Amino acid sequence: MTDPCAHCEEMMQPYLDRVLTDEEMSEAEAHLAECEQCRRRYRFEESLRVYVRQAVDEQMPPELKQKLAALRVPLD
Amino acid sequence: MASEPEQVQRLATEARDRVRFEEDALALADQVYRVARHLAGSREEAEELVQETYARAFRSWRSYQPGTNLRAWLLRILTNLNIDRGRKRQRAPQMQALEANDYYLYDRLAESGDGVSDEERVVERLSRDDIVTALSAVPHDFRDVIVLVDLGDFSYQDAAQILDIPVGTVMSRLHRGRRILKRQLAESALERAR
Repeated sequence: MTDPCAHCEEMMQPYLDRVLTDEEMSEAEAHLAECEQCRRRYRFEESLRVYVRQAVDEQMPPELKQKLAALRVPLD
Repeated sequence: MASEPEQVQRLATEARDRVRFEEDALALADQVYRVARHLAGSREEAEELVQETYARAFRSWRSYQPGTNLRAWLLRILTNLNIDRGRKRQRAPQMQALEANDYYLYDRLAESGDGVSDEERVVERLSRDDIVTALSAVPHDFRDVIVLVDLGDFSYQDAAQILDIPVGTVMSRLHRGRRILKRQLAESALERAR
């Protein structure tokens, strides 16, 4: 039998991407309900995604928007 | 042959469609820039890339099919231009893609910590610089899908269309790319802690 924590690790990315089937989702949640270590790791991964996203987020320079608008083709 | 009023009507319709297209495209500029910023090597390159993308989009607006995903259409132009610009030259030689298991980063951070085990706090041991550096060290093929899906909120299907690769390849690159990113993050965070 496969190690349930290793199996849970395999399901982590698709779980967070919400692409597991209902059956796989229930399987992952059943394991998470009873395994604190996996629960912690899943929570970390979830926080990491949000954190990375916020860290690299960079607003577009306002003058660039004006430059783009100037590229519009004038009406004849 | 079309009568004069028909021609006038046709031109008016075309002008209206074009203006609408341009306005819709400009409304997406922030999102396009965010993706460009992480595909190009620097802010300046990202700005040039976005301008080239919009110049091309405005010229070839007729090839956009109304009702389809305009954001994906613009990003397709952008990623093609980025490849044309010889993006490989923009960066230092790529390091070998080192990949660890999915929990490598958490395990390293948790064991190097001061006993704080709250997952939301553990992640704060990473600085913004750690993340930017780690992301830029992920090889292009993997980084492109991370940027589109994880930072740009594109679906697997849209990313596949933009990059012209099968959906299965998007999924496998994403899976491996995230692991590579975490490996890089662990290394830069631990390097700093030494």
